[in-house]
Amino acid sequence: MATVVLPRSLVALFPGSERRVSVDGSTVREVIDALDARWPGMRDRLCIPGPVLREYINVFVDAHPADLATPVPPGGTVHVLPAVAGGSRPG
Amino acid sequence: MDQRVLLLVGTKKGVFILDEDGAAGDAWRVRGPLCEGWPINVVCHDPATGRLYAGGGSPWFGAAVWRSDDLGETWTHSSAGLNYGADEPPLRSIWQITPAHGALYAGVEPAGLFRSTDGGVTWTHVAGLRDHPTQPGWQPGNGGLICHTVLAHPNDPERMWVGISSVGCFATEDGGATWEARNRGVRADYMPEKYPETGQCVHKMTLASGMPDRLYQQNHCGTYRSDDAGKSWVCLDEGLPSTFGFPMVAHPRDAETVFSVPLNGAELGRFVPDARMAVWTTRDAGRTWRDLRDGLPQEDAYLGVLRDAMAVDTLDPFGVYLGTNTGQVFASRDEGEHWTRIADLLPPIYSVETAVVSA
Repeated sequence: MATVVLPRSLVALFPGSERRVSVDGSTVREVIDALDARWPGMRDRLCIPGPVLREYINVFVDAHPADLATPVPPGGTVHVLPAVAGGSRPG
Repeated sequence: MDQRVLLLVGTKKGVFILDEDGAAGDAWRVRGPLCEGWPINVVCHDPATGRLYAGGGSPWFGAAVWRSDDLGETWTHSSAGLNYGADEPPLRSIWQITPAHGALYAGVEPAGLFRSTDGGVTWTHVAGLRDHPTQPGWQPGNGGLICHTVLAHPNDPERMWVGISSVGCFATEDGGATWEARNRGVRADYMPEKYPETGQCVHKMTLASGMPDRLYQQNHCGTYRSDDAGKSWVCLDEGLPSTFGFPMVAHPRDAETVFSVPLNGAELGRFVPDARMAVWTTRDAGRTWRDLRDGLPQEDAYLGVLRDAMAVDTLDPFGVYLGTNTGQVFASRDEGEHWTRIADLLPPIYSVETAVVSA
């Protein structure tokens, strides 16, 4: 079981979701699958088809930068953070 | 039955709804920001269901269609099916939502078309449009490679038109399976070939009321009318102050009347000419034009009106409404003759649409 810390701006999109949740998953991808099972559509907010993490979504496992394949140890903490850069679009 | 008008305003920072219910004088009640402050390119009302839909895209969370079943009090969102697959670029935003014949159509960025038959919960790619042989050469306009106009024939569900910047007009007559470029007579001044098959920077198209083979178009390079469903276009620039602008809005009942907001030019700041704001109208299908200024700012107006930021209601006389890229909303309740500023200091306005509902 991992602890996931979600951003306010994501929780606001899914009524009933919480900033700090416990889910099963041994990789970041499995953690996101578990979040999507609990709140359908949450994967689409975090990933593009592939799946691949969206450009301005940063994930950390126990404070280390992570991608979908990164292992999540039992009792680990996964932070999902919108990048500061995401507020403006390039070009 | 008493009716009231809601103005559905899409902005850089969410949806705002202006409600004349409870208004004192010319004051309108402003609700917002809705949809969590996402950039919203379009908001529409489906009279058949009473629902509102909003389309946009979060820089962080991607593109989604939002839906409200209670006139904007609460919203849900979905992206289910809104993608081209794992090997294709992700959708950045939704630019147009068109209810038609029991379905819902979404024009998106990168340019393409999606259809929903369950009220926007799930979506299916209308792949025929991107199967057009010119697609590999499609080039973006300043706003991106966007499908910003989706027009449905009022009687024939097999027939539709889309507008893509800067690619042009396409039409289908087989429900979206195949599409034909329809840009003959429309200039592309920035291209070596001035009348290519595609590459025209259409800014907005609208169907003439009650005459579905007639379309009007505001383009990067002129104003146009087609009387043959887009197969050929005639230029209507004579009498207008410029060839550049964004909105094109049809009278709710008269096929001869449309409204536009010419700007000073693509490379001149994209302001209203001489910083004096005017809506221009023709009552004879573009043969002559007249400016409507009463109540609009006539000095130091360094602003523009974007492609979806003007709309009419269906009342008689009907109202005309517009939002500026500097956050003001102006309303005319007498078909454009007199205008009142009804909101100020909103975020930059991307779209304005009306909903006429029970009072």
